[in-house]
Amino acid sequence: MRNPGVSWNRLLADWLATALMALTAIVVIAPLFAILFYLVYQGVGSLNWAFLTHTPAPPGVVGGGMANAIVGSAMILLLASVIGIPLGIGAGVFLSEYGRNRYGNIIRFTADLLNGVPSIVIGMTVYALVVVPQKHFSLFAGSIALAIMMVPTITRSTEQMLLMVPHSIREAAWGLGVQRWRTTVSVVLATARSGIITGIMLAFARVAGETAPLMFTAFGNQYWNFRTNQPTAALPLQIFTYGTSPFDEWHTQAWAGALVLIALIVGSVAAVRVVARKGALKGAA
Amino acid sequence: MGTPVQVQNLSAWFGERQALESITIDVPPNHATAIIGPSGCGKSTFVRCLNRMHETVPGARVEGTVTMGNINVYGNGSSPVEVRRKVGMVFQKPNPFPTMSIYDNVAAGLKLNGIHNRRQLDETVERSLRHAALWDEVKDELKKKSGASLSGGQQQRLCIARALAVEPEVMLMDEPASALDPISTAKIEELIYQLKEHYTIVIVTHNMQQAARVAEFTGFFLMGKLVEFDKTEVIFTKPRDKRTEDYITGRFG
Ligand SMILES: Nc1ncnc2c1ncn2[C@@H]1O[C@H](COP(=O)(O)OP(=O)(O)O)[C@@H](O)[C@H]1O
Ligand SMILES: [Mg+2]
Repeated sequence: MRNPGVSWNRLLADWLATALMALTAIVVIAPLFAILFYLVYQGVGSLNWAFLTHTPAPPGVVGGGMANAIVGSAMILLLASVIGIPLGIGAGVFLSEYGRNRYGNIIRFTADLLNGVPSIVIGMTVYALVVVPQKHFSLFAGSIALAIMMVPTITRSTEQMLLMVPHSIREAAWGLGVQRWRTTVSVVLATARSGIITGIMLAFARVAGETAPLMFTAFGNQYWNFRTNQPTAALPLQIFTYGTSPFDEWHTQAWAGALVLIALIVGSVAAVRVVARKGALKGAA
Repeated sequence: MGTPVQVQNLSAWFGERQALESITIDVPPNHATAIIGPSGCGKSTFVRCLNRMHETVPGARVEGTVTMGNINVYGNGSSPVEVRRKVGMVFQKPNPFPTMSIYDNVAAGLKLNGIHNRRQLDETVERSLRHAALWDEVKDELKKKSGASLSGGQQQRLCIARALAVEPEVMLMDEPASALDPISTAKIEELIYQLKEHYTIVIVTHNMQQAARVAEFTGFFLMGKLVEFDKTEVIFTKPRDKRTEDYITGRFG
C-alpha cells in the first residue's frame, strides 16, 4: 500500500532505480551464463569416460581423450601453487607489517609492474632462463611461469587484507607479551585468513587458464608424463592445439577440454571455500 | 599479588612532539589508581609507557625510569615482551581476536607463548573467566562461539579475562568502560573493585564519578604534566592545585 506521505515521483524514482540495478546485474551475469551454456552445449557430447581416462588418439583415429592433459594441468598448478603461494603471502606480510618504507615501495612497484607484464612475455623469459639452460621444456618451467604470475597478485591482495586487520588487534597481542613475529603469524594472518584465501583463489583461477606462458615452458605432450623435468601436457595447450586443428572430432574435444578446465577451476575454488569455512566459528568476523 | 609501580622523571615523545613531561608518581600495590584529565593531556601515553607499548609507535621515544617490584622496565636487561607479560592491558575499545573462540581468546596469551598443556589451559581459562565475571554467561559455548559475537560489555570482560590469564602483577586499563552502556559499565567497575585484591590497577578515565567510585588514588594530568597526585577523596574534596579544582568542578576540560 502506498504510504500517503510518499509522492508518486519518489515511488517512480525508486522503481526506476531498482529496475536499473536489476538490469545491470543481468548484464554482468549474462555473459557468464552464455559462456557456461555454450561450453556445455558444445562440449558435453565428447565428454565421456574415455575422454577422462585416455591419452590423445593419433590424427584420424577416432576416440582418445585428454587424461594426460588433465593430470598435467593439475600437477603444473599444484607445483606453481607450492612455489607461488608462500612467496606471495610472505611478500604481502612483509609489505603490510614491515614495508612502510623505501624497500616496501620498491617491492610494491615491482609487483604492480609484474602484474602488468603480458603472460606471453613471462613465458618467453622463463624459456630463456629455465628451459634453455636445462635444455628441455618441462613441467617445472611451466610451474615457474605460472608461479611468477601468481606472486604479484597474491602479494598485493594479501597486503590489502592484512592492512584491513585493525591495529588494535595487533596491540592486543603485543600487550599479552606475544612476540612480534608470532603476532603476525598467529593473530594477524589468522584474522585476515578468509580474505587472503580469496586472493589466492583469484590468482589461481587466473593462471589456471593461461596458455601462452605454457607454450614456451611445459610445451605439451601427447603422452603421460609425471616427471618435473620433462615436457608435460596441459589442458589449455591441448585445447589450443585441438581448437586450431582442421578436424571436427578434435574441435568437439577442445570444447570438452574447456568444460573440464572450467570444472577443475570451479571445483578447486569451491573445495578450498568449503574447507576454509569448516574451521570458522559462530559469529566470527 | 600486585606490585608497586614507581615512575621517575618519565618523559615521552611522538617524534619531535613531547607528550609527557617528567612524570614522577608512586603507584601503590593492590589499589586502583585513577588517571584523569582532559583529552589529549597524555593519559593514554602514560599508561602505554608503563608496559612499553609507547615505543611501538614509529618515531616514539621514552626517557626516565619505571620500576615494578624488582623489574626495571626500561633497564638494559629487560625486554618489552617480558615486561608486557607482567602487565595486563585493557583498551578503550574491546578488541577480542575476532577469528578465535572465546576459549582461544582467553588462552591466547599462554598458547602464543608456547604453553599447550591442556589441563593448565582449561584451568586458566575457567579461572580467568570467573575472575572477569563472564564464566556463567559463556561457559556453554566456550569453543563454539567467536569472541566477536559477544555484546560490547561481554567483549570487554573477555578482554579482561584474556589479560588476567597471563597472571600479570599490574593491570592497565585505558578508559575500559567508555564505549559501554551503563549496565556494562557498572559490571566493569564492580570487577575492578574485586581485582584490586590481587593486582595493582591503573585506570584511565574521563569520568570523574567513576574515578571516585573505583580508585583510592587519583592523578590529575594536564598538557603532559602531572599536576596533582593524592588520595582520591583529597583530589575531589580539597585539591591543592587551582587547576585541579577548576577541572573537577567542570570549569574546563
Ligand atoms: N600516535 C600518535 N602520534 C602523534 N601524536 C600522538 C599520537 N598519539 C597521541 N598523540 C598526541 O599526544 C598527546 C597525548 O595523547 P594521549 O596520551 O592519547 O591523550 P589522552 O589519552 O589523555 O586523551 C596528544 O596531544 C596527542 O595528540
Ligand atoms: Mg586516551
